[in-house]
Amino acid sequence: MSNVPTELKYAASHEWVRNEGEGVYTVGISEHAQELLGDMVFVELPEEGDTFSVGDDCAVAESVKAASDIYAPISGQIVAVNEDLEDSPEMVNNDPYGDGWLFKIKADDENELNNLLDAEAYSASIEDE
Amino acid sequence: MVDFHGWDMPLNYGSQIEEHHAVRQRAGMFDVSHMTIVDATGPEAKAYLRYLLANDVAKLTQPGKALYTGMLNEQGGVIDDLIVYYFADDSYRLVVNSATRDKDMQWLQKQAGEFDVSVTERTEFAMIALQGPQAQEKIAILLGDDQFGQVKEMKPFFGLQLGDLFVATTGYTGEAGYEIIVPNELVVSVWDKLLDNGVEPCGLGARDTLRLEAGMNLYGQDMDETVSPLAANMGWSVAFEPAERKFIGRDVLEAQKAEGTEKLIGLVMEDKGVLRAGLKVKVEGGEGVITSGTFSPTLGYSIAMARVPTPVGDTAEVEMRKKMVTVKVVKPGFVRHGAAVVKAY
Repeated sequence: MSNVPTELKYAASHEWVRNEGEGVYTVGISEHAQELLGDMVFVELPEEGDTFSVGDDCAVAESVKAASDIYAPISGQIVAVNEDLEDSPEMVNNDPYGDGWLFKIKADDENELNNLLDAEAYSASIEDE
Repeated sequence: MVDFHGWDMPLNYGSQIEEHHAVRQRAGMFDVSHMTIVDATGPEAKAYLRYLLANDVAKLTQPGKALYTGMLNEQGGVIDDLIVYYFADDSYRLVVNSATRDKDMQWLQKQAGEFDVSVTERTEFAMIALQGPQAQEKIAILLGDDQFGQVKEMKPFFGLQLGDLFVATTGYTGEAGYEIIVPNELVVSVWDKLLDNGVEPCGLGARDTLRLEAGMNLYGQDMDETVSPLAANMGWSVAFEPAERKFIGRDVLEAQKAEGTEKLIGLVMEDKGVLRAGLKVKVEGGEGVITSGTFSPTLGYSIAMARVPTPVGDTAEVEMRKKMVTVKVVKPGFVRHGAAVVKAY
């Protein structure tokens, strides 16, 4: 059974979201998602300042198996990206909820967080797969 | 775990890329017990195989010597690729793919028709591929001193029966190493001994990236029954000489050789992204297709094999994620013995 930290929110498309305060949220992909994808070889990140609406494809995780789009779990503006992934994409595999984070986004509307899944609901959703 | 033609096989035990590096830098092993082992024996075994296979088993005169060959249909398409070992003029061993087992067995039996030969599948054997620069020191744990001495003397593409084990200097990785045929009841203990001796277990994922770096074809992907060996970088394994040897597919291949065929080329892309099987490729001569593509863990960028019309040129265009990308055309064969060998086509 995959690790699904309870303090995070999740999109059904396997992104996680952590509240960093002041409307900023860190985004990554779940342990379950990295397991499905296998070893990561490239991560294509958005640029700081880019804006996205919820559901937009905003990054690409390319693994040994396939290239997968990463979708913006909430609308907002990118305020930071994890540049270490350029040289060490395997951090997404090794530490998906820590050093393997993808980007930080400043939310346009924090009410959108209510549309995301909590850990229990996300765990249930991946059990059905 | 995945269902691989009826066998439950692991794609990876841990990190696929770490498994790949283990084989390039140290020693890794693959459970390849799914491979089909077939013995062809009888007074006309040699004549049968000279007719059946595109390469010529008459080249094999030293007991234990092995040969890579295609087995073709009447249209010159590849039914399978395989390794044949020579024991004596009336005794040969074939190792064929598992994906093609049923049709291979049918074809082998059908073509045996008039020949005085028995074709016997050896399901009582399993197989482990031990590969990597440390393979030789690692195999010692399985052998007595005399046997190990014999193994150290073996040249590439050679097989030797040593007690319960048949040890061959063959593989599918581009590294030195062995393929070890072992009775089913002993395979777990052989595997565990190698594991205890520091050999790292590797799955199908690493097997695929290693063979692709080595420029080795995967049946069903880089060639199949509709593809000529001449269009699959297997021309070197087709023995047109001696001219009087009749083999299945010969007439078609001679005509294709005169006319020219598509070619299997290598591609490298040093930019981000991964070339994948099925992507369309444009070269000077027209449009072709990527037959195998991956991220090369050894090189740190993507490599592929593609079947394309000629002329080819120095670069090709690949459509990737809605963009046309220019990639380099090279010989299919990217890494050997741990080092890059990328060469202009």
